[in-house]
Amino acid sequence: MSKTKTKEENATPTVKIYIMGSMHEVPASLTIMKAMEYAGFKFKRGAGCRAGFCGACATLYRKAGDYRIYAALACQTQVEDGMVLTQLPFVPAPKGIYDVDSLQPTASSILKFYPEVARCLSCNACSKVCPQEIQVMDYVQYCLQGQIDKAAELSFDCVQCGLCAIRCPAEIPQYHVGMLARRLHGKYNMSTPETLIERVEEIENGVFEEGFKELKSLSKDDLKKRYIERDFVDQKKA
Amino acid sequence: MKMIRGYPEDMRKSIDNVNKTRSKRIDQIIEDLSLEERKEVLDNFHPDYNPKYKRNISWGVNKGDNVPNEVADVIEAYPMVNPDDIDLSKIDYDVNVLIIGAGGAGTSAALWANYSGVPKEEILLVTKLRLGDCNTVMAQGGIQAADRPVDNPLIHYMDVIGGGHFENNPNLVKALVSDAPKIIKWHKDLGVMYDCTEDGSFIENPGGGTSRNRMHCSKDYTGLEMFRTLKDEIINREIPYLEFSPAIELITGETGGIAGAILYNIETKQYFVVRAKTIILTTGGFGRLHVAGFPTTNHYGATMDGVVMAYRAGAKLRDLDATQFHPTGAAFPEQIVGLLITEKTRSLGAQVLGRNGEQICYPLEPRDVEASSLIKCCTTTDNYIETPTQMRGIWLDSPLIEEIKGKGTILKNLSAMYRMMNRFDIDITEDPILVYPTLHYQNGGVELDENCYTSLKGLLAAGEISGGVHGKNRLMGNSLLEINVFGRRAGITAANEYKKKSTVGKLTLAHVHKSIKALDALNLKDKRYSPTILPEYRSDIVRDRLVQLYEQSL
Ligand SMILES: Cc1cc2nc3c(=O)[nH]c(=O)nc-3n(C[C@H](O)[C@H](O)[C@H](O)COP(=O)(O)OP(=O)(O)OC[C@H]3O[C@@H](n4cnc5c(N)ncnc54)[C@H](O)[C@@H]3O)c2cc1C
Ligand code: SF4
Ligand code: SF4
Ligand code: FES
Repeated sequence: MSKTKTKEENATPTVKIYIMGSMHEVPASLTIMKAMEYAGFKFKRGAGCRAGFCGACATLYRKAGDYRIYAALACQTQVEDGMVLTQLPFVPAPKGIYDVDSLQPTASSILKFYPEVARCLSCNACSKVCPQEIQVMDYVQYCLQGQIDKAAELSFDCVQCGLCAIRCPAEIPQYHVGMLARRLHGKYNMSTPETLIERVEEIENGVFEEGFKELKSLSKDDLKKRYIERDFVDQKKA
Repeated sequence: MKMIRGYPEDMRKSIDNVNKTRSKRIDQIIEDLSLEERKEVLDNFHPDYNPKYKRNISWGVNKGDNVPNEVADVIEAYPMVNPDDIDLSKIDYDVNVLIIGAGGAGTSAALWANYSGVPKEEILLVTKLRLGDCNTVMAQGGIQAADRPVDNPLIHYMDVIGGGHFENNPNLVKALVSDAPKIIKWHKDLGVMYDCTEDGSFIENPGGGTSRNRMHCSKDYTGLEMFRTLKDEIINREIPYLEFSPAIELITGETGGIAGAILYNIETKQYFVVRAKTIILTTGGFGRLHVAGFPTTNHYGATMDGVVMAYRAGAKLRDLDATQFHPTGAAFPEQIVGLLITEKTRSLGAQVLGRNGEQICYPLEPRDVEASSLIKCCTTTDNYIETPTQMRGIWLDSPLIEEIKGKGTILKNLSAMYRMMNRFDIDITEDPILVYPTLHYQNGGVELDENCYTSLKGLLAAGEISGGVHGKNRLMGNSLLEINVFGRRAGITAANEYKKKSTVGKLTLAHVHKSIKALDALNLKDKRYSPTILPEYRSDIVRDRLVQLYEQSL
């Protein structure tokens, strides 16, 4: 009963896509992820945030009449006619086990846990596949040269989808390498503002306790009054 | 339909109005609403205040509480598994601390339990999908902490309480704002890259309802940067974790209190029994229940499972009458409808505009007020923009950001937003973004105190699953803060419990049997099952359900 399509549905333009070898006709406006659901798949692996932030939905596909392999985040990419899709099993690359407190922001810290970085062939396969369009090879090279700040900044938008590592002939887990670079940079190269350290001390010394006591003792009406009268120092208000 | 730089030709006329009026608007400030005006727009336009979307809970501790229908649906539902089918004498994992849900709250709790003396072998962290599938990783805009000299925790406290309509638990708010600088310091020590100016001080932005700039951020990938660091630490400290293994029911101990959980491996479909002395629930929010039919910003597994499990075991809930709709979900293109356009876009100066390019309201009201103002504009005036699929929306004038803060600001501070829209050929440095409110955050949840104890012995909670911190409405940047503050506190509390000698005794599912009896007495028309685990989007099944609902309504 429910399978009959409404008029509107019939009017939607559709495309033909191939999922694991079988053909499906799906509305042309869908993302790859929604198209697979439309076709009857229920995701268990291969879907997470559904918004381009978690990297769970990394997908490889081919297009009709094109020999190349394309890569994308399935939740952020619209289907195209003739797409041939496969689902990638997520195989996490091994991650180094380290204690950042005992490291320095240097190439040797990185090489200690990821010696394979020295084997980079500069083939650039990783940059080409990255769905975030990150210059992956460049950040790997920056690590090798000890330019941890540059590696950290360049790798910043990585969603850890793992596609780069899958393509790497030197078996480098680039996204783990970038992670370590960012932690080293964030910890050692970026200073901790004095104002933060002072504020933590003030709180630990109970400087605001009296103030909290007073605020907590106010009636709801008095609180409301305070709230309305509070000043805004940073923002323009009418 | 002819498309011009990502937008249909029809919508271009209105975009021209936006572009033409920009220079006139740059210094124009629209007044924010008074408390009375706020109340009026909320009463009339916020879905929370529309009785059509709500009903009273019919059984259990919170019987009589008015909540969204979708929340009542999962509470008035039978357990997924017959308690008699589970063999509790066979314990698969025997630990001291079980943490259910590995988002920001769960990972902080695990780390702080470990820092505070619980050996890693005594901890088990379980999660529904992959480590990293959570709302935390999606957070964009930032995290609040009052660390500037012009600011302080007392000012932060007032903003939180006022934003929450003065209904927050003051002890929780105090904990939230007092721990905030400590949390940022902890993150800095771990190596989280918070955005800084040239001279090394933090970049701090305003947010809706904040009276000081105190939003710390890592571009618009704040949650990703924070979470991947916490996850890195979990792996470095070799804290055991299980993926694809959601908890589906809590287990009680003979001596009273919560003593474990049943896990369900969603791939192998096996059940596992975990026994633990302390259970920390950190399962996050409910966006994927699609309250009031709204699309959502939330991750795939945000289905309120923890609240359901806790409720069956008798935990007290609060503030679930209040749901957060984010003012600016994407309304175009269709592929990303409902996904978040971060509030940071407005923090950096973007205004909200009607179809002729004039501002419709103050852009940084507290979220519920801002969302209601947008709904009002789209439903009671003709000052909205319509998409080819008949969705209504309002312009968010992103190019204004670069007029105010200079070229390059968007790429540097909103690279996720730029990338998302650019994937659909829209350049947000040149053209505005079409937005409409979207389901975002579970304001209420399991009641707790400042040490994360719930009303049940042995059960702690932290994060979006909980209620009381934000009252009736959370402000931007206070949730990333909450998950760290209360995740940390839960971990420390668990470590204190670990040091006390006590046992949980024989395991039972008596509370599940009791829940089934209570449900039987209701004579429900539909037999539903919960927790939901994953929402259903397969088109034929969704269609069948809609047809069924329609037929029932006749
Ligand atoms: C798009 C978006 C942007 C946001 N931006 C901001 C922001 O800028 N600033 C801010 O402060 N807040 C923001 N928030 C809110 C904030 O990110 C979340 O409220 C917060 O991260 C929730 O953390 P959590 O640890 O409580 O839950 P989550 O991070 O959602 O983690 C919960 C985990 O529990 C798992 N789980 C669920 N059910 C089960 C089960 N039955 N068994 C086992 N595991 C289970 C889930 O899969 C998930 O991994 C944003 C939210 C979203 C969705
Ligand atoms: S750098 Fe690698 S893991 Fe990161 S987003 Fe690009 S391809 Fe994915
Ligand atoms: S794919 Fe591997 S070897 Fe090739 S450039 Fe990238 S890191 Fe180097
Ligand atoms: S599901 Fe998270 S990036 Fe696509």
